[in-house]
Amino acid sequence: MIAFVKRPQPSRAWMLATPLLAVIVTMILGGILFALMGKDPVEAIRTIFWDPLFNPQFAGYSRPQLLVKAAPLILIAIGLSLGFKAGIWNIGAEGQYIMGALAGASVGLALYPLDAWWIFPLMVVAGAVGGFLWALIPALLKTRFNTNEILVSLMLVYVAEQLLASASLGLLRNPEGNGFPGSRNLSRIDWLSNPELIPGTGAHWGVVAALGAVVAAYVLLNRHLMGFQIRLTGESPRAAGFAGVNAARLVVFCLGTAGALAGLAGLFEVTGPAGQISIDFNAGYGFTAIIVAFLGRLHPVGILLAGLLLALTFIGGELAQFMLGLPSSAIQVFQGMLLMTLLGMDILVNYRLVIGKGKAA
Amino acid sequence: MDFGSINIVVLMVASTPILLAALGEMVTEKSGVLNLGVEGMMITGAVCGFIAAVETGSPTLGFLAAALGGATLSMLFGLLTQVFLATQVPAGLALTLVGTGLASLLGQNYQGRTPPRVPDLDIPVLEAIPVLGPILFRHDAIVYLSLLSVIAVWAFLKFTRAGLILRAVGENHAAAHALGYKVKAVRLAAIGFGGAMAGLGGAYISLVRVPQWTDGITAGIGWIALAIVVFASWRAGRVLIGAYLFGGITVLQLNLQAAGARVPVELLSMSPFLATILVLVVISARRHGATNAPAMLGRVFHAS
Repeated sequence: MIAFVKRPQPSRAWMLATPLLAVIVTMILGGILFALMGKDPVEAIRTIFWDPLFNPQFAGYSRPQLLVKAAPLILIAIGLSLGFKAGIWNIGAEGQYIMGALAGASVGLALYPLDAWWIFPLMVVAGAVGGFLWALIPALLKTRFNTNEILVSLMLVYVAEQLLASASLGLLRNPEGNGFPGSRNLSRIDWLSNPELIPGTGAHWGVVAALGAVVAAYVLLNRHLMGFQIRLTGESPRAAGFAGVNAARLVVFCLGTAGALAGLAGLFEVTGPAGQISIDFNAGYGFTAIIVAFLGRLHPVGILLAGLLLALTFIGGELAQFMLGLPSSAIQVFQGMLLMTLLGMDILVNYRLVIGKGKAA
Repeated sequence: MDFGSINIVVLMVASTPILLAALGEMVTEKSGVLNLGVEGMMITGAVCGFIAAVETGSPTLGFLAAALGGATLSMLFGLLTQVFLATQVPAGLALTLVGTGLASLLGQNYQGRTPPRVPDLDIPVLEAIPVLGPILFRHDAIVYLSLLSVIAVWAFLKFTRAGLILRAVGENHAAAHALGYKVKAVRLAAIGFGGAMAGLGGAYISLVRVPQWTDGITAGIGWIALAIVVFASWRAGRVLIGAYLFGGITVLQLNLQAAGARVPVELLSMSPFLATILVLVVISARRHGATNAPAMLGRVFHAS
């Protein structure tokens, strides 16, 4: 007889161990998936997780990419984790990311060809504000009308995608682009670009912002009243009410912060790695960041590590696509499975597995 | 523009996938389970149905495979939330991620193929009625199936013992458990039904509405289906109204695009989503916080 008995306190040991276990189990499940697709599972896993870091042929290119891909994931996931902790489900980060990029790029392009030192900082602010305002829509609808933030934030992703298409075909289209959709290439305009700060590392301003967000979130959660209120609301909304937590303010704060960080991620992406506003500018970071937030246990340091790991699956996935012909959707399945495995294993954190002691009460 | 008979037919075709998926999700939610994976189950159904129909040449087998595919995928969610007691919101999101990836993986060799045509089921005598006949009685079997399932779901929840048990589990799982009902078994069945219906809805898109296979073919319809359940305040009849309302908006926006209306295409394309938000706001505001939602919606049940 196998039974689960609720623990009086969540197990800290399992909380730390389950993400690692989940990665191992997912590698095995992923291996089976790759084998079913007729690929050598060991080679596939090695290509995804080992070669980008240690294969001398690829590591030179891949290692810097790690920070490039991880930065937006970490930035977005840090913001999402604040809300998730408090039971506020913002799953529209993809839309906030797009709107941040659009707002920031619009400022830079509107001032073109003006060249001044303050333009890039202004774009950064505009990016954060763009994402913030987009996230404020579900936040205000929730506080004002009690509208479900999951559905609204998600609907707004589809709206943002249409705005992105509209901008790259119309308002922000490169006047010198021979009629092709897409804006001017911001990464090729010195004063509008977000270049690599330390050559050969991939570290751009987005990486700096991501690290800053990790530190800020850690301080907020452990040293600040707002962090306490977030944790309290997540654990017991009723108790939070009695303790005088203003639920509406919390919703606005959590969604707004997540939106601002997602907007920043979008701005750094469009001025750096992506280079321009184009119809398919968004690459799903907003959704993958949800996995990062959970895999990182909604803890800033955990998110930092989880972001690097998921970035590795992206880079390794591209490599596997190139080397083994593994389709990119296989990596998406792999990432989804990782989240599923982790959620399944969470039972070990909150429950004790009892074997053979008769029926559990 | 032509708002005549053709458009009502088009409207029913556009609404059927939303109706099927929303009806399935409503039953799942009635049992107290919030499965956000509708989009993933729909697109998996769309690809399973497409492959089966292309390979066998039979649309019927296609729809069966779609229902089976959706239900099978939903069992992953069932396993996570009912056996491993995972939180339902992220588990549903994970299901959508896996479902979308899986569908794209399975469908990669089927891009550009044409599925067998789904025949219209002309209902004898009735189809000969002028004007109304062609509008109402010359559809494929799935349209009728979707309308019949509205009645079936309504009657099941309202009049049958099993329906009563399902609602009891959704309203108070502890009490239902104390009465000796198998809370988890009931919920797994409801999740499976939701998956099968979402699968059918997906296949209707890939076999009838579009009909072809492309990545991301469901394009957010699964999420709209979730919103319809809220709009319908968990009632089968209102799910029908909601689905047809949104099907109508979709068709209208496509017609306006085709007619070259002086409104940007992007604005028209986003209109179903904007309308959904607007409706959610109106519905939520009217009820002043007190919702009609099943009391245990989204809560984890563990007998202890």
